[in-house]
Amino acid sequence: MDVLYFAWVRERIGLAKERIDTEAATVKDLVAELVAREERYAAAFADTSALRVAVDQELTDFDAPLDGAREVAFFPPMTGG
Amino acid sequence: MRVVVQEAPFDFGAEAAGFAAGRTDMGAVVTFTGVVRDTGAGDLDRMEIEHYPGMTEKALETIAAEAVARWSLGDALVIHRFGRMAPGEQIMMVATAAPHRKDAFEAAEYLMDYLKSRAPFWKKEHGRDGTSWVAAKDEDEEALTRW
Repeated sequence: MDVLYFAWVRERIGLAKERIDTEAATVKDLVAELVAREERYAAAFADTSALRVAVDQELTDFDAPLDGAREVAFFPPMTGG
Repeated sequence: MRVVVQEAPFDFGAEAAGFAAGRTDMGAVVTFTGVVRDTGAGDLDRMEIEHYPGMTEKALETIAAEAVARWSLGDALVIHRFGRMAPGEQIMMVATAAPHRKDAFEAAEYLMDYLKSRAPFWKKEHGRDGTSWVAAKDEDEEALTRW
């Protein structure tokens, strides 16, 4: 699936988008996989309460299932308007 | 109902004049415009707004459709920019038209409250002391509870 990062999450990880082959059942599982990879992911996901997640462009939570998901995005709380 | 996400500046006057033009059944038109604000010390060089292409448009459509469903509105408009802008430039605008002013005002406030914390935009300030991402405010999240 495609994993996207925005704002300071993108800057901390150093990537806007990457393709990840994963068997993760939930967003939380995917985060655990990423955190185990490299320090930059651990730094970005150190406090998930400071993050928001969207699965297939719908805002959801970290318990959301990833079954059939094509795109997951991580970002800080939004500041539009 | 119209939702626009664009990098280019927009003409607020022309948009406001064109919005609900010819609708003789609308007694109230409310518009709001968000402007890049320097704190006054002249320390903001520019604002940079990042967005999530695709999700942004969908989120704005959903928010606008909800406003139209909740209030007696004849029309609603949301324009939001992304990219770089200077202090004084317009970031976004919302407009609502309704037979009565209460609906138009409330729907415009609703649109603004949801835009602030449910539309995937992130603001970064470039200033004299470097760059920093604008943090979301707790009161913006709390503002949603009134709806």
